[in-house]
Amino acid sequence: MSTMAIPQAAAAVHLHDDRPFIRRYIFSTDHKIIGIQFLFMSLLFLLVGGLLAMMMRWQLAWPADAQHPLPGGSLLPETMVAQGIMLPEFYNSLMTMHGTILVFFAIMPLLVGVFANYLIPLQCGAPDMAFPRLNMLSFWTAVPAGVLMVAGFFVQGGHAAAGWTAYAPLSAVPEYSGVSTGQVLWTVSLIILGFSSLMGAVNYISTVINMRAPGMTWFRLPLPVWALFITSVLILLAMPVLAGALILLLFDQVLGTSFYLPQANGEPLLWQHLFWFFGHPEVYILILPAFGFVSEILANGARKPIFGYHAMVLAIVAIAFLGWIVWGHHMFQSGMNPMLGNTFMFSTMVIAVPTAIKVFNWLGTLWRGSIQFQVPMLNAIAFVAMFVIGGLSGVFLASTPVDIFYHDTYFVVAHIHYVLFGGSLFGIFAAITYWFPKMFGRMMSERLGKIHFFLTFLFFNLAFFPMHNLGNAGMMRRIYDYRQYAHLADLQPLNEFISLSAFALGVTQLLFAFNFLWSLFRGKKAEQNPWRANSLEWSAPSPPPHGNFAVTPIVYRGPYEYSSPESAEDYLPQDQPPAEQPVPAPDLVPASS
Amino acid sequence: MKWGFPESVSTYGGDIDAMYAIILYVTGAMFLVVEATLIYFIIRYRRREGGKADYVHGHLRTEIIWTLVPFVLVAMLAVTSAGTWLDLKHPSRFPAAGLDLKVRAKQFEWNVTYPGADGRLGTGDDFVKRNQLHLPTGVPVRLTLSAEDVIHSFFLPEFRVKQDAVPGMETSVWFEATKPGTYVLGCAELCGLGHYKMRGTVTVHTPQEFQRWQQEQGAS
Ligand code: HEM
Ligand SMILES: [Cu+2]
Ligand SMILES: [Cu+2]
Repeated sequence: MSTMAIPQAAAAVHLHDDRPFIRRYIFSTDHKIIGIQFLFMSLLFLLVGGLLAMMMRWQLAWPADAQHPLPGGSLLPETMVAQGIMLPEFYNSLMTMHGTILVFFAIMPLLVGVFANYLIPLQCGAPDMAFPRLNMLSFWTAVPAGVLMVAGFFVQGGHAAAGWTAYAPLSAVPEYSGVSTGQVLWTVSLIILGFSSLMGAVNYISTVINMRAPGMTWFRLPLPVWALFITSVLILLAMPVLAGALILLLFDQVLGTSFYLPQANGEPLLWQHLFWFFGHPEVYILILPAFGFVSEILANGARKPIFGYHAMVLAIVAIAFLGWIVWGHHMFQSGMNPMLGNTFMFSTMVIAVPTAIKVFNWLGTLWRGSIQFQVPMLNAIAFVAMFVIGGLSGVFLASTPVDIFYHDTYFVVAHIHYVLFGGSLFGIFAAITYWFPKMFGRMMSERLGKIHFFLTFLFFNLAFFPMHNLGNAGMMRRIYDYRQYAHLADLQPLNEFISLSAFALGVTQLLFAFNFLWSLFRGKKAEQNPWRANSLEWSAPSPPPHGNFAVTPIVYRGPYEYSSPESAEDYLPQDQPPAEQPVPAPDLVPASS
Repeated sequence: MKWGFPESVSTYGGDIDAMYAIILYVTGAMFLVVEATLIYFIIRYRRREGGKADYVHGHLRTEIIWTLVPFVLVAMLAVTSAGTWLDLKHPSRFPAAGLDLKVRAKQFEWNVTYPGADGRLGTGDDFVKRNQLHLPTGVPVRLTLSAEDVIHSFFLPEFRVKQDAVPGMETSVWFEATKPGTYVLGCAELCGLGHYKMRGTVTVHTPQEFQRWQQEQGAS
């Protein structure tokens, strides 16, 4: 994976660097290379997870229909696809792995592995992470986790099939799920991945606390750093809970214990409590960094200071706190005490408030701006527009009585995808297109980027909005063949429409892949500061050399001084000395060599 | 494309649908306001030759207002939801049951235990039906759910009923049917390979019909 980055990075490092090849690009301790390694790995998983979804959608468009054999189905073994028809066991594995791979191996590393690594030192004005070796270990721990997760497809009995939420006892007892090795691999892989995330989190937290450049006070930190910092705290506290839950599950799977099995006084609901005690903070891990990127890009695109910087920070902190006391909203119908259900409803409703605050402040940022519509900005605006829908559908689910109908239906699937695709993934597209020039020293194609953006926006909505209707019709999620049910039999046309839109959405992503790879080698050379932005990474060369800054930058102001009267330009970099102060001697200015 | 829920055929279905409607209005209004503002701003404040953005960092009073307004709204939604929820799900608020049933879920079927002629569960004349739920209109039915293997979720979309059946514990739920007919019983929680076909039929009778049916079953 990392080898793909070599031609660019090799051309880019113009500081004299005599580390051997393997130390520079494979077992590198440079936070930028590690970020880029995570980028290639997680984009690959994004592709894989997307492909699994396409296969699922084929089945849902034409359930077990010999007239519509699964394309490429003949290449797969009989245990997955027989005579062109996908088997239910394979469908369950696809559904499980689609969720698992995209949550843990695509979105999470894209947001955190890539950007916490790449941005935190650069935006703090640090030469590298606090613990560069630990950082390297974090990536090289994620790799075997990924390998194990993929290996599950090739073992006897098929891959894990209990959903990404792996509810026990289904996930704990092979006789119940029909899967043994696959489910164990799933568990072990996630335990290992948890350690990778933990090592990352420790590092990001230490770096933000200790390695900020002179003058970089907490309230001069760019919002991506704030968001990634709080996210890291969530990871640090949530991952051990997941690991604990998984280790007990592993014991049940292989050692014959019964933590989650009622047979020997175990407790099936214990898994749900542990999983969601981790899981709800996890969903915020999957969105907070995107909040940060989008704030950065909206201010830059509107050429205006972010509206309510302190409110934005407080809202992130509030969400991080409240995120710990809402997990029960996944368990309203589980048999948990209904009084407790109402308590969780209140906390869940309240968490919509800081979420709303963020949306209003983004609107406030656009208000009286001077908005330019480059590709990152388009994706950031789409983020706001789409995330609102996901946040509002969350309010329906938060209402305990309404959730009686919606729980475990396609309405929840619609909600997830509006927050995670409409939200997180648009945020990721915005971030990749925005920081690509810094990472690789070249610009991505604006034209391809715009086509990709508009088609993605269109097909995303065509594919996912009607899922609200499926939910309203009472269509359960994780159903191999909904035509078995009288009330769902006539939903085939709508499902077919959704699938066709999903295929178009999938194909559209090839444009992004092409734009990305093509621009790596052929893109226009990027200037140091192509977006005329203020934060410190734009004061380093594109791409920055090992060590980032020739001279440690000094920070004079916050990162959102756009259109300030202090400057003739419409931006004012954080490290540009104020006019009345003496200009530093030339040898203090970052040299390019 | 259909928009609403399926027609409600239980006494409290209307309460859930009303709550849904309230949330739809509140969130719908929020949605329209936010998206319209967003579209208006990106058109109105697009970059123009010689134009410059305002240098504004925020506004405290505005922040307070747009914190309090959503807070009041969601708090109201929570308060209105809370009572309905307890009425439907809290055993201490269940109405006196006219019919008591036991539902035992296992991969991949629903076994319903009915009281025989004596009208009481746990006596010798109880009988069991697989994947068939029969009940009369006009009588609160109380179901006690349990599961043999994994978690299943007892889902009657037309009655607005959903409750997980969990191995090792009993959960309970009640509802009262308003309209004779046949309806869907589905499983909403992934429970393994056959999850997608773990379905049953709900037959709602008039009280007289139900009594006749119950006697026939008890006799055979
Ligand atoms: C206004 C804020 C939000 C509220 C009130 C809310 C509420 C809820 C509720 C009540 C559920 C459970 C539904 C059920 O299973 O019956 C749920 C599910 C879910 N939410 Fe949210 N949510 C919000 C924001 C988010 C965000 C920001 C994310 C992630 C980026 C997210 C991701 C998810 C996911 C992944 C699930 C489904 C988990 C599963 O597979 O069962 N939500 N949400
Ligand atoms: Cu949650
Ligand atoms: Cu099921």
